Amino acid sequence: MSDFLNISGLHARIDADGAPKEILRGVDLVIPPGEVHAIMGPNGSGKSTLSYVLAGREDYEVTSGAVSFKGQDLLAMEPEERAAAGVFLAFQAPIELPGVNNANFLRTAVNAVRRARGDAELDAVGFLKTVRAATKKLSMSDEMLKRNVNVGFSGGEKKRNEVLQMTMLQPSLAILDETDSGLDVDALRIVADGVNALRSPTFSALVITHHQRLLDYLNPDRVHVMARGRIVHSGGAELAKEIDVQGYASFLAEAA
Amino acid sequence: MPAVTETREQVEKLGQSSYKWGFETDIEMDFAPKGLNEDTIRLISSRKEEPQWLLDWRLAAFAAWQTMEEPNWAKVSHPPIDYQDAYYYAAPKKKAGPKSLDEVDPELLRTYEKLGIPLHEQALLAGVEVPEGEEARMPIAVDAVFDSVSVATTFRKTLAEAGVIFCPISEAVRDYPDLVRQYLGSVVPVGDNFFAALNSAVFTDGSFVYVPKGVRCPMELSTYFRINARNTGQFERTLIIVEDKASVSYLEGCTAPMRDENQLHAAVVELVAMEDASIKYSTVQNWYPGDENGLGGIYNFVTKRGACRGARSKISWTQVETGSAITWKYPSCILQGEGAVGEFYSVAVTNNRQQADTGTKMIHIGRNTRSTIIAKTISAGHSDSTYRGLVRILPKASGARNFTQCDSLLIGDKCGAHTVPYIENRNMAARVEHEATTSKISEDQMFYCRQRGLSEEDAVGLIVNGFCKDVLKELPMEFAVEAQKLLQISLEGSVG
Repeated sequence: MSDFLNISGLHARIDADGAPKEILRGVDLVIPPGEVHAIMGPNGSGKSTLSYVLAGREDYEVTSGAVSFKGQDLLAMEPEERAAAGVFLAFQAPIELPGVNNANFLRTAVNAVRRARGDAELDAVGFLKTVRAATKKLSMSDEMLKRNVNVGFSGGEKKRNEVLQMTMLQPSLAILDETDSGLDVDALRIVADGVNALRSPTFSALVITHHQRLLDYLNPDRVHVMARGRIVHSGGAELAKEIDVQGYASFLAEAA
Repeated sequence: MPAVTETREQVEKLGQSSYKWGFETDIEMDFAPKGLNEDTIRLISSRKEEPQWLLDWRLAAFAAWQTMEEPNWAKVSHPPIDYQDAYYYAAPKKKAGPKSLDEVDPELLRTYEKLGIPLHEQALLAGVEVPEGEEARMPIAVDAVFDSVSVATTFRKTLAEAGVIFCPISEAVRDYPDLVRQYLGSVVPVGDNFFAALNSAVFTDGSFVYVPKGVRCPMELSTYFRINARNTGQFERTLIIVEDKASVSYLEGCTAPMRDENQLHAAVVELVAMEDASIKYSTVQNWYPGDENGLGGIYNFVTKRGACRGARSKISWTQVETGSAITWKYPSCILQGEGAVGEFYSVAVTNNRQQADTGTKMIHIGRNTRSTIIAKTISAGHSDSTYRGLVRILPKASGARNFTQCDSLLIGDKCGAHTVPYIENRNMAARVEHEATTSKISEDQMFYCRQRGLSEEDAVGLIVNGFCKDVLKELPMEFAVEAQKLLQISLEGSVG
């Protein structure tokens, strides 16, 4: 039905101290273009694993199922090919790259993706212009660009840096893995503004969160509940409010 | 899975053909007969029309060498070297007479052009022929050494106007015999070590620099070494003397054709810094490293030492070592003058079957002398890399300080990194600090970079350059850019 993102029967496992541990146990999820979907669910339900598998992390072994993205077999692609195709993952815990200048990293990434997409690379001046516009829009200071990637950044700064990368890389599918956790209201606002600014008929987002608050700003088209490695319930934006009040207990019973 | 294998295969292929400087120049050469004996030395000396004192000096070195044994304490291994199975003199044949740039064999000019070393002063001076996208470069004076001899030295006039002497050492012997005689072997004596003695006996050419009192050398000086001929050793000798309150920045680069046999490069570099003088010596060493199975490559056995003779003098070594099958090299500083400063910044990269044992010696003799050592070691493939350093504080060096930082980065699980610091402190009023770390490029870092669209190679390049940043920033601007690219090329094929 949708040729944007179509996940069907996805099973994946990870090697846990020598024994394979199944984490995704048949995920079915369809995200049409132009929509923002949220995934909520208790800890350990497989939300982060789903985001890693979609982005191509090699630690996870997909044992069955399929993922098509814009008509392509996503699972057959290398992580950088997925990035070029438009998949962006905002990390729950962004990684530090000592000695690597943030602006240089961003420019290298932007140009790698532009090259792969057949666009002209940005020169130093063009890049600076674009990045300045982006930081301004996200009300962030340029000072962050001069530092090393995520090194010595506060939790909030790391998340903002992820949003800046997302803005610059212009993805068509943004996956936010608990980007809102540990953020104050202002920072939450920046994350939401970052996603909302990208909203278009050709952009979709998959937002993993524990909190209703981010969804207040994002106003998702669909909300899914994930438990024990599967999507167990789906509904509209009101579902998130329901969970906020009642918790997951009723859905867990349903899934069992 | 197949996609991953394919990528790896491609990457591996890249690794094999990534040495871009491996071509050979077809040029008529003048060889001395193979082998090493007094006759070889007499022949070299007579070819170069040397005075008797230098021949005697060489013969003394040869006599010393014959009593010495090849050092075996470094963490490197190689089959025994047959010193009789090499040519000790190989020079491009040329017509007699003095050389100006116009008279240099066009084949040689083309060789250096291919290597990216411009020997045309005009093009550089005019500064108009800057290719699109490239920034205008500061002119750099170049001494080009091809196998055993210097073939061209640029910008000599400009330098002479400032009083700076920059010429092949063979010419210096002829034109400035007193200077050469006074300083040659004064920092690295003929019998200093096995390879230095060998060099002293058979050295053929190299660069000579003299910066007189109070003169800041108006441009960067640079020597570009090229081994071309088969079965030859290259033994160059560099001597740099900087008088009171004078300064110079000197760079050296080197490449060689790809060959299956190993070739020996045993150079000696001597630096002398007088009162308030400063010498910055930068090296980008890119000799042919051998193939991925360890076949061929240069044995780079080099003695480099600087003497900070005057008060407040400063010698700074910066090296980026990516080439050679084996590197054995310890650029050192003798900190004699009060308040003298020694620095050593090093990046050593080994891949495939390369071996590197490199580091420095900081000998603190004078009061309040200071030294800084920052050594970054990157090992990939089946390579082995060792940092070996000595910090020696002598009894009179009150107030001496040293800071040493050694960081190793491992790529893959078949390589080795070792740190062997020696600290000898004989003065309780001195301070010596040593820090060392070993790390691997984490899967998290690789995945993060690739998720942002970077290829594996680009990701490794970026992370490695970040790791080396403290050293690379010490290089002159243009070299820093070269070095960054070189690091990436050297590590091609190292991931996966």
